[in-house]
Amino acid sequence: MMARWQQYALFAAWLIVLASTPLWASNYVVRLAITIAMFTALTLSWNFIGGFAGYPSFSTAAFFGLGCYVGALSQRSGVPMVLAWAIATLFVGAFAAALGAIILRLRGHYFAIGSIGVVEVVRLVISSWGSLTGGGDGLNLPLLSGGPDAVARIFLLVMILIMLAAFLVTVAVDRGPLGFGLRCIQQNEDAANMVGVDPTRYKIIAYTLSALFCGTVGASYASWTGYIDPTESFSILMSIKVPVMCLLGGPGTVLGAVIGTAAFTLLEEIFWANFLDYNRAILGAVIVILIFFLPGGLLAISYRDVVARLASLIGRHKAAA
Amino acid sequence: MALLQTLVNGIVLGGLYSCLAVGFSLVWGVLNIVNMLHGSLIVFGGYITYFAWHSYGIHPLLALPVVALLMYLLGYGVQISMINRVVSQPVLTTMTLTFGLDLILYNFMTVYYSATPRRVTLDLGALDVGGIAIPVDRLLGMVLALGLTGMLYLVMRRSRIGRAIVAVRMDSAAAALMGIRVDRIYAITFGIGALMAGATGAIFAMVYPVTTNLTGTYLGKAFVVCIIGGLGSVPGALAGGIVLGIIESLAGQAFGPQHALTVGFVLMLILLVVRPTGLIGIKGYE
Repeated sequence: MMARWQQYALFAAWLIVLASTPLWASNYVVRLAITIAMFTALTLSWNFIGGFAGYPSFSTAAFFGLGCYVGALSQRSGVPMVLAWAIATLFVGAFAAALGAIILRLRGHYFAIGSIGVVEVVRLVISSWGSLTGGGDGLNLPLLSGGPDAVARIFLLVMILIMLAAFLVTVAVDRGPLGFGLRCIQQNEDAANMVGVDPTRYKIIAYTLSALFCGTVGASYASWTGYIDPTESFSILMSIKVPVMCLLGGPGTVLGAVIGTAAFTLLEEIFWANFLDYNRAILGAVIVILIFFLPGGLLAISYRDVVARLASLIGRHKAAA
Repeated sequence: MALLQTLVNGIVLGGLYSCLAVGFSLVWGVLNIVNMLHGSLIVFGGYITYFAWHSYGIHPLLALPVVALLMYLLGYGVQISMINRVVSQPVLTTMTLTFGLDLILYNFMTVYYSATPRRVTLDLGALDVGGIAIPVDRLLGMVLALGLTGMLYLVMRRSRIGRAIVAVRMDSAAAALMGIRVDRIYAITFGIGALMAGATGAIFAMVYPVTTNLTGTYLGKAFVVCIIGGLGSVPGALAGGIVLGIIESLAGQAFGPQHALTVGFVLMLILLVVRPTGLIGIKGYE
């Protein structure tokens, strides 16, 4: 495991790489950087409830989609863009706190299924409430003026700021009493309760944190693309992708979500270009490989071990020759 | 009369739902695994049935046992080779793994068959019982579904394998001490789950269009039936399915058919919070 300062330095370096893409790379790479920043923010958010507290939440898509819609509806009713994002953030946070107070009483499979059910219910409500949300036809939003390049730069900056905010909160949680309490809950909830951690309060805070930035990301995503619809906004694939990214990096760590998202997105991009029809199958294959060969995520690999093993392989090869 | 018609529709639908959910419920109850593959397995069974009928003219009723056997072998293989290795790990791991397998199967089905809805059309007409219309294909589907569910019940209660499965469900450590090979029972149980999914697919192919677009819907129904009926018991799935069928057709009548699904999910969320062991579930299995 790296020392804390090394992790922060690595994150800062990665942030600079992403933010500087407009200076040295094509529009395609800039778009990729926006996607990475966006998913990093979502994955860091999921890490609060899924990584630190160990609760199998699949409700990311509900928070993201709700953020899209609240942001879009506020903007359409005349609220300035940035204020609309703030409204979406607060709304989604409040929604998660209220919802958390109810469904966090469940554990294990029941919680997981409840969290999937939430995505479905919110999606169905949004798509059948046609008079407000446009139903299945979706909603259009005014695009920012200034041409696609300038707009992409603005949203790259926005997504990076959200990602940075999520990272700073993660660091604060990791080092503070909240992170300690959540790790206790992850290990053994009853024991945590016994030694004076209030599981209900901690879990609700973690669940709310896991929703807040999803709301911001959703609202700014809606402003960026200029069009949202229920199927895209509440995609169950997003609800599974985000946890997989976090598991790939290493759940419950500060840097795991960042590394996992970067690795996953780049991998997906490589395969996506070559096997367009098989993107779901590739995600599935990544999951299978992850679970059988990388149970603790990329961060848990001991590099000394890998080097030693490689060295012994080469040694054996030489001996055989 | 309209109400009676709605009730009858609901019960017929419910019979189909029971069959859809019973395999899922068994796997969840015995292996403690939420099998996200279930919806895709149903559609896969449907496709095999459809193509047997469409390309070779094999009647779905004849195809059903073959589909069921193939799916059993598939399920057994998946469990022995993959899921058994992670069966005791946290929910997140097992659920993510079955989700990953689901994505793979789903993807191959959409690539090879495309999402175009297909259906086995038997044109059996409808029965008229005292002014209540019952489509014969659905009725046949329900009878088959209930028959299969009943058979599964008998297997669980009367056979050695069934008793071993129940023993593992109650206490796998004690079952292992009694000489039951737990990993094989797990594989058999998952195989039975897949078998029931395949058989459901074959039955549904006669009633509904077969399309990969429905995998998520079927999985969602299985969730709801399990939460209503409680886990791992055949009578629970039967009751849960029929309750859901009736509720959906009443809700469809009252709010319009497009809201029937929402009502089912909302009911599930409420039940999860109020009574997570299911309406008739047994305490201590949560």
